Amino acid sequence: MKLFSYNKISDTPQAAVASASQHPNAHYIGGGTNIIDLMKNMVMIPDSLIDVSELGDPGIRSTSSGGIIIGAAAKNSYVANHRTVRDKYPVLARALLSGASPQLRNMASTAGNALQRTRCFYFYDTASACNKREPGSGCDAMHGYNRMHAILGTSDQCIATHPSDMCVAMSCLDAIIHTVGKAGERKIPFIDFHKLPEKTPHIENALQENELITAIELPAPLFTDSSCYLKIRDRASYAFALVSVAAGLDLSGGQIRNARLALGGVATKPWRAVEAEEILKGKNISQDVFAAAAESALKQAKTFEHNAFKVELAKKAIIRALAIASRSRQS
Amino acid sequence: MSNEFIGKGLSRLEGPLKVTGKARYSAEFPLKGICYAVLVGSAISAGRVRSINTSKAEKTAGVIKIITHENRPPLSSPGDRLSGSANSEKRLPLQDAEINYAGQYIALVIAETLQSAQHAAELIEVNYDKQPTVLGLKNKNIDRFPAKSQMGEIAKSRGDAKAEYGKAEVKLESKYTTEAQNHNQMEPHASTAIWDGDKLTVYDASQYPAGVRNGLAKMFNIPLENVRVVSHFVGGGFGGKGNMWQHVPLAALAARVARRPVKIVLSRKQMFNNVGNRSETEQRIAIGANKDGTLKAIIHEGVSDTAMKDDFVEQFTISTPMLYACPNVDVAQELVRVNKILPTYMRAPGEATGVWVIESALDELAHAINMDPIELRMKNYAHQDPEKERPFSSKALDKCYQIGAEKFGWSKRYKSPGTNKRGGKLIGLGMATATRGAKRFGAKASARLNADGSFLFRSSTPEQGTGSITVMTQIGADCMGVPLNKVTFEHGDTNFAAAPVAAGSATVSSVGNAVWGAGKAIQKELAEKLIAEKKSPFFGASKDQIEFKDGAITCSAKTKSKLDYASALKVLGQKSLDAKFDTDPFEKGQDHSTHGFGAHFAEVEVDPDLAIVSVKRFLSAVTCGRVMNEKTCKAQVQGGVIWGISQALMESTIFDERSGRVLNRGLDEYHIPVNADIPEIEVHLVPEEEKHLGALGAKGVGEIGIAGVPAAIANAIFNATGKRIRRLPIRIEDILLS
Ligand SMILES: Cc1cc2nc3c(=O)[nH]c(=O)nc-3n(C[C@H](O)[C@H](O)[C@H](O)COP(=O)(O)OP(=O)(O)OC[C@H]3O[C@@H](n4cnc5c(N)ncnc54)[C@H](O)[C@@H]3O)c2cc1C
Ligand code: SF4
Repeated sequence: MKLFSYNKISDTPQAAVASASQHPNAHYIGGGTNIIDLMKNMVMIPDSLIDVSELGDPGIRSTSSGGIIIGAAAKNSYVANHRTVRDKYPVLARALLSGASPQLRNMASTAGNALQRTRCFYFYDTASACNKREPGSGCDAMHGYNRMHAILGTSDQCIATHPSDMCVAMSCLDAIIHTVGKAGERKIPFIDFHKLPEKTPHIENALQENELITAIELPAPLFTDSSCYLKIRDRASYAFALVSVAAGLDLSGGQIRNARLALGGVATKPWRAVEAEEILKGKNISQDVFAAAAESALKQAKTFEHNAFKVELAKKAIIRALAIASRSRQS
Repeated sequence: MSNEFIGKGLSRLEGPLKVTGKARYSAEFPLKGICYAVLVGSAISAGRVRSINTSKAEKTAGVIKIITHENRPPLSSPGDRLSGSANSEKRLPLQDAEINYAGQYIALVIAETLQSAQHAAELIEVNYDKQPTVLGLKNKNIDRFPAKSQMGEIAKSRGDAKAEYGKAEVKLESKYTTEAQNHNQMEPHASTAIWDGDKLTVYDASQYPAGVRNGLAKMFNIPLENVRVVSHFVGGGFGGKGNMWQHVPLAALAARVARRPVKIVLSRKQMFNNVGNRSETEQRIAIGANKDGTLKAIIHEGVSDTAMKDDFVEQFTISTPMLYACPNVDVAQELVRVNKILPTYMRAPGEATGVWVIESALDELAHAINMDPIELRMKNYAHQDPEKERPFSSKALDKCYQIGAEKFGWSKRYKSPGTNKRGGKLIGLGMATATRGAKRFGAKASARLNADGSFLFRSSTPEQGTGSITVMTQIGADCMGVPLNKVTFEHGDTNFAAAPVAAGSATVSSVGNAVWGAGKAIQKELAEKLIAEKKSPFFGASKDQIEFKDGAITCSAKTKSKLDYASALKVLGQKSLDAKFDTDPFEKGQDHSTHGFGAHFAEVEVDPDLAIVSVKRFLSAVTCGRVMNEKTCKAQVQGGVIWGISQALMESTIFDERSGRVLNRGLDEYHIPVNADIPEIEVHLVPEEEKHLGALGAKGVGEIGIAGVPAAIANAIFNATGKRIRRLPIRIEDILLS
């Protein structure tokens, strides 16, 4: 670990942005559960940390349009257990609770979760080649051990998954990210927030330099009762997803009026399966329709030596998640 | 034999010390003037250090000294592993520029604080001459060579298995694999070294303090008496702390250079690189049988990996010739040299990897001939050891099958795979035999009778969480016929009588028998003195007329008098009385084979679409001779079963085959079960009389819990799905895609 300066800013987001701009190579820190690990591993080497864990409203408030705004500093455990989230956005509560461990969720912030970095082994191991860590150095995962890696949204530069569970649910819920930067405030649709690796795997999201996430907004729920977050992993808890599915159905009798489907563990960013949603819309609930949606969601899949199984697993997980969503209310 | 305390399910006596943080582990001894050492590992796995530049690192505030192969003070060889030294790798630490595995130590930084040492370590610049990495059993270009045994044990072939296999009515042949595993004890390896002139004290997280003492004395060329190794409490050993890995002499070396106490604690990453793991194995088994299930031939052979410069054999064939009454058995093992650290013992070394294969193969056979798996095993039951052609000292395996099957509800198992469904899930039941050699090593213990009639027993064996303190105290109390609070057991210090490595499930049979023997020696001496002492009421009686019972000393010739231990000492005019005892190793020349046996039963639930496996029920019926403490005994079996489930479904140290680097070097990605993965584990301790392994009649239980568990799980998965998985760990894709 290298020496770094540390400043805690608790008054305004603008003050945090100003502080970040004044300090060289500054990074924000929320709960620190990801960035500290990366610093210990010398993967990220900030010269300054700006602590925003107590900045702004760490709670949840309702919006006039029937949605909610979650403070950037709100802890994962707080959000997961919040009454409104449980009642109106159970898929988010489920996703959060399926992530990490109780201790980690007590530390992790909403913004930090959205910005957590990949768990690719080679990204973490500075003796390996990794375009995300060191642009242009190569990608040791491509022909290495890539069981955990992505099958959707990969490029010839990087095949790492985005590891977050929360983000899969957020993507499915059409969340909106609120930020403050040097140029003022912005709202970024979740679906546009994370970037595909393409030729620049080190650029992971739409944030400008020192831009700060202040909140995440969820619009009024499209579906509540008919949703599901299904996570498949190597042990019963405390493991990242091999495949995860967030599914939400807006049902009228046996008919699907509208659908949301997002995938985790299989893609380089929280993955909205938009084409699959189109297939579901207007159809009657049936295994065949779910299977058609699953086929469509995985159509573009490109597999690597150790992760080909994810195609089959993801298809089956989608069918299962849709079936559960069509039957039940999860809370 | 008194039975007041032995066998009772007493809670661990050191429990309060542990939960209040008063039990000190090796990295927790506060010492004046202590400084910290951090070890730097090689980035490459094969080649040489071309140059190493420490100048920047040396300028870091607080750095005391940096040692590399270029300036390392001399060290001698610790001698052979079998000579009583707990050493591991043959190459000495920082010996030269050669690199044989990733993470191999190339420098050591000593500094005032841990942070300074870590920071300086990161500033060391290294250039390498890299060679291609050699790794992986799949790599057919690596030379294989016949394996020799490392512990004097080697499985023996018999008959003509190849010919008989060829002629058999039913033939089954398949390949099985297991992956590397690391012990990952909660307490990392740690050593704190202090020199006082030519005297060395080391607080070391070790299963074998006496062996570390031997090794260090040799490496530093000092008399054995000058070395003291303290290892009171060990936070998990499992075989991994049975050898002395390189950080131990390096801590002593650093302390000598710094002229101050030095502490080294391995990082979790170093726990994967710099201490031995369980070898990978690739095994072939061929079984020939009659249609009625009579075994005609077993061929079990394969290969495991070892280090470039040292041999370690994961003896997966060790139980094969002994387990069933089959007239023709062929066993053979090979090794390949790879760029990894020397592999080592891990809980039930050999059995954990080998029994899984033979017990899976038997399940395949049972299915092929449409026979119940237990019936098949009983059909080929070995009433005497077919390998060594001599009786077993005790064997109640048949009762384990019977009791286990009954308690588990084995009869409810659906015979044809994939037909039992419950709540949308496939249900499967599986069983497997467990076995592990029962051993007794040479061990010493001392006993002291104090003036107040209390007893102090001592041995250098550490408490590694297994319950040794409690069991030794129970043994001492029953031996002397006194209450528990009259007995103290002091442990984990080479100032005490030398104990063997706390491994091989042999601490009770070795140290326990020594404690018993030392107690009996006290009684013998008391008796001798009491009949010789004029003031004694028993003066003039003969030795065999003296009786010790329930803390009282009586004499059949002089029935009016009765002494307790304290008054006996008073009569003798002594403040205390000391005695020692040496337990012999139980080995060659014996006319009995000694093994622990058991039967594991598993119920699994498999999601038919998603291939998610969850273990719903587990039951083990095991024998271990006389039970010393029901609670700690069952805890040992349960712990073993949990590890077996882990081995079956999750655990694997993943290497990058190009770089030789471990990829999942942390407890986040090196998966072991969480609570939710483990069901209730029912343990039945099947009564058994063991008359040969020692006065206590105990056989050891530490490892029987794990051996065979993966087979029980894999067999249950087969029963649930009809899919036979022949690799460990069994991953979701293995079931999904097969
Ligand atoms: C062992 C382990 C297991 C885990 N398992 C899971 C799992 O199963 N599923 C899962 O989803 N996650 C898992 N996680 C990841 C965990 O969810 C993240 O570490 C956590 O959400 C990060 O939040 P944080 O507040 O601690 O982020 P930090 O570590 O503080 O920050 C993360 C990043 O966000 C940036 N940042 C923080 N706040 C802001 C802000 N307001 N504006 C702009 N940038 C900001 C930081 O600069 C940093 O780059 C696991 C983590 C660990 C260590
Ligand atoms: S997959 Fe991406 S993160 Fe992993 S090594 Fe390749 S470039 Fe780096």
